[in-house]
Amino acid sequence: MVLDQPVGRVDEGKPAAPWRHDVKKEDLKHIGKPIRKVDARGKVAGLTKFADDLTLPRMLHMKLLRSTVAHAEIVSIDTSKAAALPGVKGILTGKDLPIPFGILPVSQDEHALCPDKVRFVGDPVVAIAATEEEVAWEACRLVDVQYRELQTIGGVHEAAETNEPRLHDYGVRGNIHRLENLEFGDLQDGFARAEHVREDTFFFEGNTHLPMEQHATLAHFDKDGKLTVWSSTQTPHYLHRALARTLHPLPAHHIRVVAITNGGGFGGKSDPFNHEVAAAKMAMLTGRPVKIALTREEVFWCHRGRHPVLMRSKVGVTKTGRITALDFHSYLDGGAYGSYGTASTFYTGALQTVTYAVENYHFRGARFFTCKAPCGPKRGHGTPQPRFALEVQLDKIACDLGLDPAKIRLDNLAPRDSLTANFLRIGSMGLGACIEKVVAGSGWNERRGKREVTKDGRIRGLGIACSSYLSGAGLPIYWNGLPHSGVQLKLDRSGLVTAFCGSTDIGQGSDSILGWIIGEVLGIDPLGIKVVTADTDLTPVDLGSYSSRVTVMTGNAAMQAAERARDVLAKGVAEKLGVPAGRLVFADERVFDAEDPKKGMTFQEAIVCSEARFGTIGTVGSYTPPPAAAKFRGGGVGPSPSYSYSAAVVEVEVDPETGIYRVPHVWMAHDIGRALNAAVAMGQIEGSVYMGLGEAMMEEMAYRDRSHKGKRVFVHKIPSMLEYKSPSALEMPKVTTYVIEDPDRNGPFGAKEVGQGPLLPMMPAVANAIFDAVGVRVDEIPCSFEKVFAALQAKKDGKEGRYGPSNGADGVPVVDFGDALKIKTPWQGGDGTAWNEPKREKKAAK
Amino acid sequence: MSESKKALATFHVNGEPHEVAFAPHKTLLEVLREEMNLTGTKHGCELGECGTCTVQVDGVPILSCLSLAVDAVGKDVRTVEGLAQGSELTPLQHCMADLGAAQCGYCTPGVLMAADALLKHNAKPSRDDIKEALAGNLCRCTGYLKIFEAVELAAARMRGEKAEPSKESIYGS
Repeated sequence: MVLDQPVGRVDEGKPAAPWRHDVKKEDLKHIGKPIRKVDARGKVAGLTKFADDLTLPRMLHMKLLRSTVAHAEIVSIDTSKAAALPGVKGILTGKDLPIPFGILPVSQDEHALCPDKVRFVGDPVVAIAATEEEVAWEACRLVDVQYRELQTIGGVHEAAETNEPRLHDYGVRGNIHRLENLEFGDLQDGFARAEHVREDTFFFEGNTHLPMEQHATLAHFDKDGKLTVWSSTQTPHYLHRALARTLHPLPAHHIRVVAITNGGGFGGKSDPFNHEVAAAKMAMLTGRPVKIALTREEVFWCHRGRHPVLMRSKVGVTKTGRITALDFHSYLDGGAYGSYGTASTFYTGALQTVTYAVENYHFRGARFFTCKAPCGPKRGHGTPQPRFALEVQLDKIACDLGLDPAKIRLDNLAPRDSLTANFLRIGSMGLGACIEKVVAGSGWNERRGKREVTKDGRIRGLGIACSSYLSGAGLPIYWNGLPHSGVQLKLDRSGLVTAFCGSTDIGQGSDSILGWIIGEVLGIDPLGIKVVTADTDLTPVDLGSYSSRVTVMTGNAAMQAAERARDVLAKGVAEKLGVPAGRLVFADERVFDAEDPKKGMTFQEAIVCSEARFGTIGTVGSYTPPPAAAKFRGGGVGPSPSYSYSAAVVEVEVDPETGIYRVPHVWMAHDIGRALNAAVAMGQIEGSVYMGLGEAMMEEMAYRDRSHKGKRVFVHKIPSMLEYKSPSALEMPKVTTYVIEDPDRNGPFGAKEVGQGPLLPMMPAVANAIFDAVGVRVDEIPCSFEKVFAALQAKKDGKEGRYGPSNGADGVPVVDFGDALKIKTPWQGGDGTAWNEPKREKKAAK
Repeated sequence: MSESKKALATFHVNGEPHEVAFAPHKTLLEVLREEMNLTGTKHGCELGECGTCTVQVDGVPILSCLSLAVDAVGKDVRTVEGLAQGSELTPLQHCMADLGAAQCGYCTPGVLMAADALLKHNAKPSRDDIKEALAGNLCRCTGYLKIFEAVELAAARMRGEKAEPSKESIYGS
C-alpha cells in the first residue's frame, strides 16, 4: 500500500442519520446553552437524598466482617457469641447466599459472603444486622473465623509463575484469568518496512475512583411482599440482574432497584456488590429495612478501579514517523475477582488505532488473579494505561527522528469515516483540530524545548498527548437483541411532560440530558420537564452509566420518544387548526403555523386537544447501536457509535535538583461532536483534567508487602483519603479548554461522549513535559516526584536518565499467549472475520 | 458492649432550638444527621480528611466529624439547610447551580459552608484566597474550577456588581 495515502480509508455506506446531527447551531433553542441542570437546585440546597440519607422505621444497620488475611481457606466460622449480643437481629454467612454472581456473564465468580475461601484482605465473610450501628460492629468483633492460609499472590510476575494454588478454578490456566492474542494485518511486513523501531516497557500503577460518597444500600422487603433496594449504583439494571440471580427463587419482577443519586461514581459503582446482595438477603431474613453504609476503608476494598498494567510496546515507523506496525503486550493485575476484567483486558488493546492509523497491529493481553481488591472500570476503562505507553513512545520516536511531537501525531491521524485495522468504525474525527488548538494556545512551537528557568530555579517544559474514547460500548454486557436504552414520555393535560428512563445520574448530568433533548424537540422549557430515572419498577431499561454511553444512547432514545410525541401532538393540532402537520412549529411553549405564527396554541392546549382526539398520550423511544464491523472473537470490545477525541498540552516546572514539579497550566481540546450544554460539557472536561492530573502525579493503589512472624502480610497500603493522595484546590492548574464540535451522525444533535476522553492524555503529557524540561523519562505512572528524582540521579551518574520497569527480558512476565487469532485488515480485503482458528485453552466460568 | 447513658441538650441549629437526647461520644456530624435528620451535611471519611462534613459553628467552618456534639451546645450551628432564606437561594447557591459547580453534589454542602464563611469576612476574595479557604474540601468531579468561578461570581454579585460568568468559562476558549 502507498503510505502517503491515509491508512484505513474504506468507504462505508453512510447509515441513516435520524439524530439531526447536521442541524445548525443557530436553529437550536436549548441545546448547547448553559442551562442549569435539572437537579442543581436540590444539590446546592442540601435537599438531594443520597443512599445513606435514607432511613425507614424499624431499620436495622448491617456491617460486614471482612477477611484479615490475603488468601486462605475458611476452616470455621463461629457466630454464637455475636448472635447472643442484645440488639443483633440477623447473621448471614456464605452458606446463606450460595449462588455466585459477577458483572460479566463469563465471570460469575463472586459471592456476597465468601463460602469457603477468601482471596484478599477485605473480602467479606459474615454480615450482621443489629438495631444500632455500633452493636453490629461489636457483633462482628465477636465472630471467630479460623483460616488455613494459602500462598499469597501479589502481582503479575508472581501470578505468572504460580500455577498452584489457584485463586479460582476457572480461567486459562494457573492464575491467568484471560489471554488474548489478536493479529491484524502482517506484522512481519510492517516491521520490515519500518525505518525505525522502538521497544519500550511501561508500568501504570493501579489507582482508584475515590468518589466522595461511600457506597450505601438500603433494602426493604415491603408490605406487598416485594423487595426494594435503594443503592448508590451506576448500573441499577445489572444490580437487578444480580439480585434476581442470587436471591433465587425470588422472581425478578418482585425486585425493585432504585439507583439513588450517586455521590460520584467514575466506574466505582458499576459492579453489583457484596454489600448490596447481603443487605437484600438480610431484609428478607429479618423482615425489616436494612441499611449498610460502607466506611471509607471499605470503599478501598470494593475498589474496581484502574488495573495496574505492565506493558511492552514495539513500534515501527518510517523516517517521517508514519506507523507501519505496532506490537503491544499488556499484563493486567486483576486483583481477586473477574469484575469487568475481560473487557478491561481487551480495552488495553482496542483504541490505539482510533487516534492513529496503525497499518499492522498485534495485540496480546493477559489478565492475572492476585490477592488484591478486584480491579475493574475507572473513567477511561482499560484505555488510559496503553494510551500512556503509546503517547510517551510516540514522543520518544519523535525525539529519535528529530520530529515535532505534535506533527508526528498530525501525520498519523486515523481518517474520519473509516475502519481501523481492528475494525472499529470511526465517524466524525476532530483530533486534528484538537491538536491545532492546543498547539496554538500553548505557544508550543515557540516555547517547547526552550527550557526556560523560572524565578525560583525550576525548569519549564511542555508535553503533548492525545486520546480517544467511546460513546458507549457497541455491544451490551449480555449479548441480546434488546435496546440499550429506553425512554417513555407521559404528556399530561396540565402541560407537564414526564420522562421515564433507567439511566442513572452520577453527577455527569444524564438526567438533564433528557430534559434538554426533549425540550428542544417539543419546544418547551427543559427545566419544566419532570425526569424520573433509574428505578427498575418505573423506568424502561437503560444499561447504566458506564462507557460514556448515556449521552448518545439515552439521548437518542429520548429524541425518538420526543419526536413521536411531537407527531401525535402535531396531528391533533393540525386537525384543530386546519393546517398541514408538516407546517407546524414547536417553539417557546407553543405550537403554531410556520406561515402564520399567530395561528397556533400553547403547548398545553396542544396536549389537551390531542388527548381529546386520541386519548391518553404516551410515547416510547429506544436505541440500539449500529452493528459492529468486527466479527472475530474478541471484536465485541471497542466498537462504539462514535469516538470522542482529545489533545492536551501540559506545562510543568521541574526542580532539577529534587525532581519536585508543579503543573501551572493545561491546554485541553476535546472533540465532543456537539455540546448539548456548554457549561456542563466544560465541567466534564475540567473534571477529567483534574482526575488525570491526580493519576499522573500522585494517585496510586499500592500494597504493603511484609513478613511478620514468618508469615507474609499483604495489605492495602493506603485505605484512607489522607494517605491516598489526590489533588486539592491548591494543586489545580489553570486550564484553557477548547470545545471542538465535529458532529457525528450517530449522536443526538451530533453529540458524542464528553468527559472520559480528556482524562487520558494528562498522564503521558505530564511525563512528556518532564522530559522536555529536564531530559529524563519516567515510564511509569504515577510520575511522582521521587521517580523524577531517581531518573535525574541516574542521569547524573552517567546512566540512562530513566525511571521505569526493566526494558530487558525480565521486565514482563513469561507468558505463552498461544497462537494469534489472525484477521485481515480492511485494506487487505478483510471482512472482519478471522481467517484461522487457533486452539483455545480457556474454559468459560461456571 | 455497655449501654451508654444519653445526654439531653439543646442545640441551636440554623437559628432554631433542637432538644436532643444523644450519646455523649457522638460527633456533631452524627447528631445532626441521625438525631435531627439534617442529612444535608454529608460524610466522606469521618476522619477529618475530606471536608465533606463542613458546617459552621459561630460562623467558623469546622469538620463536624471531628467535633463532639457536646462542644456545639450553646453555640450557633449552621448547616447547608440554613443557607437559603425561605425558598430563596443565596447568591452563592445560585452561582454554584448555574455554573455546574455541583456535579454529583456530594461535596457541595461542605464547599458551600466553607465558601460562605469566607465570603462573610472577605467580600472580594482573590483566587488564591478561595483556593486556601477550600483547600480542605476535596471534590472529585469538578476539578474545582467551576467552584472557584462560582465563589468569585457570587462575591461580585453580593457586592452589588452586575457580574456574569466569562465566556471562556462557559464555552471554552
